[in-house]
Amino acid sequence: MTTLADLVPGQTAEVLSVTGDPALVQRLYEFGLLEGERIEVLALALLGDPIEISLGNSRLTLRRAEAAGITVRSEE
Amino acid sequence: MLTVALVGNPNAGKSTLFNALSGLRQRIGNYPGVTVEMKKGQFTTDGVTLDLIDLPGTYSLAARSPDEMVAVDLLLGRRPEEPRPSVVLSIVDATNLDRHLYLTSQLLDLGVPVVVAVNMIDAAAAQGLKFDYAKLAAALGVPVVPIQANNGTGLAALTAAIRAAADQPAPHGLTFPTAFDEVAEQLRKELSDEVPPFLLRRALIDIGGYTEQWLVERHGDRFKVALVGAREKLAAAGHSVPGVEARTRFAWVRTAVAAAVTKPAVRPVTGSDRIDHILTHRVWGTLVFLVVMFLMFQSIFLWAKPLMDLIGSGQDAVAKGVQSQLPSGPLRALLVDGIIKGVGSVLVFLPQIMILFGFIAVLEDCGYMARAAFLMDRVMSRCGLSGKSFIPMLSSVACAVPGIMAARVIENRRDRLATILVAPLMSCSARLPVYILLIGAFIARPGSPGWLPGLVLFAMYMIGFTVAPLVALALKRTLLRGAPPVFVMELPSYRRPKIGSILRRMGGAGWSFTRRAGTIILAAMVIVWALLYFPHTDANGESYPDRIETAEDTAKEKAPRLKELNDKEDATDEEKVELEALEDAGALPDKLNGEWKRGSALGRTGLWMEPVFKPLGWDWKIGVAAMASFPAREVIVGTFGLLYDVGEVDTKAIGNAKADDDAKEKAAGLTRAVQDDWSKDPVRGKYGVPVALSIMVFFALCCQCAATLAVIKRETKSWAWPAFTFVYMTALAYVGAFLTFQVGRLVVG
Repeated sequence: MTTLADLVPGQTAEVLSVTGDPALVQRLYEFGLLEGERIEVLALALLGDPIEISLGNSRLTLRRAEAAGITVRSEE
Repeated sequence: MLTVALVGNPNAGKSTLFNALSGLRQRIGNYPGVTVEMKKGQFTTDGVTLDLIDLPGTYSLAARSPDEMVAVDLLLGRRPEEPRPSVVLSIVDATNLDRHLYLTSQLLDLGVPVVVAVNMIDAAAAQGLKFDYAKLAAALGVPVVPIQANNGTGLAALTAAIRAAADQPAPHGLTFPTAFDEVAEQLRKELSDEVPPFLLRRALIDIGGYTEQWLVERHGDRFKVALVGAREKLAAAGHSVPGVEARTRFAWVRTAVAAAVTKPAVRPVTGSDRIDHILTHRVWGTLVFLVVMFLMFQSIFLWAKPLMDLIGSGQDAVAKGVQSQLPSGPLRALLVDGIIKGVGSVLVFLPQIMILFGFIAVLEDCGYMARAAFLMDRVMSRCGLSGKSFIPMLSSVACAVPGIMAARVIENRRDRLATILVAPLMSCSARLPVYILLIGAFIARPGSPGWLPGLVLFAMYMIGFTVAPLVALALKRTLLRGAPPVFVMELPSYRRPKIGSILRRMGGAGWSFTRRAGTIILAAMVIVWALLYFPHTDANGESYPDRIETAEDTAKEKAPRLKELNDKEDATDEEKVELEALEDAGALPDKLNGEWKRGSALGRTGLWMEPVFKPLGWDWKIGVAAMASFPAREVIVGTFGLLYDVGEVDTKAIGNAKADDDAKEKAAGLTRAVQDDWSKDPVRGKYGVPVALSIMVFFALCCQCAATLAVIKRETKSWAWPAFTFVYMTALAYVGAFLTFQVGRLVVG
């Protein structure tokens, strides 16, 4: 199962499911990170964590640990 | 009168709109029991006065803490301090309507008329977005007004729409799936009293949220069971929370946006994208970050220098003026030594503080701070915190007070507390005077390399940057044990910072610093002065100031003869005896002054406590100055001025005319006075550098700031945390200063 944490900068993907602590899931939902959305990994900070993604017209950052709860279908 | 609540996501331009509407008629509203502050403003259009309340920026009305609940309660008219808003003004970012309208959709459920202000239409047009505002208003069911808050476009139409909306019925909220409404209705029957439907819905959706906690507290575990049952029922029907809300609302938002907004087929690459490509790059971004930090500290010194000199000479002029106008005596001594020199020596640092605040305001306003948090998250996570703690800690380099208040962005209570407790360890601008004085006196000596002062100063800042994370880690492992914090944050688009808003913040910082100098520092200086002035008579009842004045006059009279004898190479024995007597007479004012200070109330206390200071390499004077600086650390500079008596007549300089004039002239009055005093002492004469470093380390680590403790009390709602901060920082400072001196002594020895 591919998760957001597996993607490298420049890769785009479709969100399949969002899991984790309910408060975190709700926060991600409120940012518009829903099942079916397309996201792109933009950058990784030094040492590869956290990651920066683009979602619609906004940019979010989240840690690998949280990104691992988001399963995606990678698009080439 | 109409009350209007301004609500929007962070970075929607809320503050800009608020300032544009209410101008200078603003005040801060505080709410008991929470740390939230809301700005309130007023403006009048066509004879109608509108009260505007600026709610904290938020992505959602799903409250997770008492602080977030204040905004929700206020909107529902459940805060006794404020009337229920007549209109809710929802500000959204035109370039990001899909996401910003999510919050708007929640506002529609409040039962209050809503007006939508679509902000940043210029940026949206630049991205090729086209809007049909009439269609958008029809789809949302509320008035929509396009605005550009930073240049005032559309504000007249917006105020007209607000006034018109006040008389209109509230919009219908969104339609949720039928199953959801049924479950919510069943849940309502579980409650004995009336709870607004809005809050009941929030309790159902926000798992573990504030509304749930509040209702379970009031209705007991029976309600909790009902709530869990209701959520299970929803999950079984395919509408599990919290997803059901997000899906319902986003579906609605997208329909509305699709009907009213035309987007280009391919999203154009914006300037923000290009900048971000570099600034969040793992290598380039980190490099840029380091360069930005370096430039910030460097410019503080480069730019502030001329201004500081200006303030310094102004202060000298005032002191001289007062001196010539008043007869000598306690009043003149208080005014000149205590107030003008004491407060003035602190006010000199005003330019540096304003430059530092200006820098931080620019970094925040242009959106770089969020990138810094992104880049620093990994480092911060090592000490159990997140990148969000980085902003409060960096702001604390300017001043811990706004830094501690900036910790409000951290949701988790434990992480927020840990950040607040370590923020005062960061080297704030008030420590600069101490560093600069001592570096000037003992590090930047003639012959030492030019980069050394900068390096030592950098090292002092590094102490804060190193010790604060370590203490945070210790706290997170012990008192504030908890899971590592979640780090999810929006990186806002880059914006050109507005000069007006930067200047406003610099002015605010400058004013609060000046006020501080005028109140707490002034009071501390007057007390220190009085404790050093009294008793001012010797054992025979003769007044020290009088004796010193007489001695000074004698020394001045004899100075030409002293110089003559000094210059004479082939002095006779008689002349040598005369020279010695003359030198003694020249040193008498200093001797008397020392005797007087030692016998003063503060001097006696300091001498009594000297054993405590001795392991740090300090004498009673340094100890006294450090103790006097507990209300505000800048006081040390003024206290040094009193203790080392930057006298008007420098007899030594006249006597030792042959001494290294060049070097001495370069050093400013106080720097030179401290150097001279220490050079006469066996410990400080030999170990001047370790002692100076020990003082600097003490000041770097110590919590000598009443304002910081007060703000910790305000932010934590408890006296225990400021007390804890004070104790641990003072202990740390003592140990740090002790180690510095002892190690330094070994190195020098």
